[in-house]
Amino acid sequence: MSHKILRIIYPCVGAAIILLFWHYYIVFFNVPPVVLPSPWSVAAAIYSYPQALLSESWITFLECVSGFFLAMAIGIPIAVIMTYSRLLNSMFYPLLVASQSIPKVALAPILLVWFGTGLESKLAMVFVISFFPIVVDTATGLRTTSPELLELARSLQSSRLQTFTKIQLPSALPFIFSGAKIAVTLAVIGAVIGEFIGANEGLGNLLLVANSQMNTSLAWAALIVLSALGMILYASVVLAERILMPWGHDSEHKH
Amino acid sequence: MKNLTKIFKTGTGQPVVAVKDVSFEVRKGELVSLLGPSGCGKTTVLKMMGGLLPATDGLLELNGSEITKPYPGVGVVFQSPTLMPWRTVIGNVLYPMEVLGKNDARAKARAHEILQLVGLGGFENAHPRQLSGGMQQRVALCRAIIHEPSILLMDEPFGALDELTRLEMNDLLLDIRRITGATVIFVTHSISEAIYLADQVLVFSKRPAVIALRLEIDIPYPRTSQVRFLDKFTELERKAGIALGVVK
Repeated sequence: MSHKILRIIYPCVGAAIILLFWHYYIVFFNVPPVVLPSPWSVAAAIYSYPQALLSESWITFLECVSGFFLAMAIGIPIAVIMTYSRLLNSMFYPLLVASQSIPKVALAPILLVWFGTGLESKLAMVFVISFFPIVVDTATGLRTTSPELLELARSLQSSRLQTFTKIQLPSALPFIFSGAKIAVTLAVIGAVIGEFIGANEGLGNLLLVANSQMNTSLAWAALIVLSALGMILYASVVLAERILMPWGHDSEHKH
Repeated sequence: MKNLTKIFKTGTGQPVVAVKDVSFEVRKGELVSLLGPSGCGKTTVLKMMGGLLPATDGLLELNGSEITKPYPGVGVVFQSPTLMPWRTVIGNVLYPMEVLGKNDARAKARAHEILQLVGLGGFENAHPRQLSGGMQQRVALCRAIIHEPSILLMDEPFGALDELTRLEMNDLLLDIRRITGATVIFVTHSISEAIYLADQVLVFSKRPAVIALRLEIDIPYPRTSQVRFLDKFTELERKAGIALGVVK
């Protein structure tokens, strides 16, 4: 059997084993559904609330995507500025790193006070949590540009802007994408934290509501949709990476 | 235009004296090998000649005007090909033309022509990662000559290649030099490569770099690998070896 098919089949078999284990654990130990619903009742919950799950997912999706893009739009230019200005770098980079010792969850109530219970406070939470990996990875990418390429550019009397757009930015692209992959995963966490602290919509909110109503099947359903959302967002970044830097995958199909 | 002169004299400050009181002269169209042990400072000399590094002391002149910063008409080749993986072969070759604002149809025609010359016709749209090390270095060579530089600075360009590829590349370089008429400064740590290619070999001692020996290579061009077996060639190798301290 081909290698590719096996790579899909093995995880499916693994998932089947876990589902069976889950099922028989409940059957043998007679676990009440409020504590742990069976996989089939979770599936049934997904099936019976498609409208609610879909519309709440859409809200969470919007929070993640807008916060993520805001973090990219602000994080990348900041990394560029810090790479070019040694003064600004030595003034603010240590502070930026130190600021990471703040547990992001602790910021959520403050953001709630500032931005209210609407989309803005979630957006801010997503931004705060996904900003750092983007700045750090972009700055690393810009700094690790091949010194020889920079020398080549200098020997051609290339302008700073030309060197940036033609050499440094494309060199940093793989790093920017690795930062973006981490950021997009964190974005989902940020959105859920934001919704937990104060919201009346979104998957995180649905999860809380379902939990308080003892509707554990729905809570689990929300959890599963949430992880699906995370996977879709991550896959989108990977897809964008493949489209924007096709050369990064040349080694895979070398002739 | 005829009297291309580079006088080179440096005495660097305390911390690390990479190059010390080195003086030599390169005539227009000449191929000069800078031969020396690894890390002896010959690369530093090369960079200063390209205006990429300032000299601490001394005078560096090109055609009578002092070199203090990068100047037009220079092509560079490094030990590693340092191609841009995001560009195709032809995109890499045309990079200097883009920077110089001369990326027109003529430039493209020339890129095709020189890729043909180095034996990479048909690989224009390949990506660097699909090529072997030797082929990548050929692309780097094309990138260095696309803008028709009058000076070619080469920093151990074939040092990372296997012996057979290196021999091929030596002949290719001599062809390119014959066709372009460029002045070539060639840094290497291979004695036979230095002698085979050059009009003039400058043997550097260990750091700080001082010229230990200057050899005029009076073997007429065009040279083929046959000259490597001449008595004269062996004698030159012996002299360079003694100057480097590897032949006792």
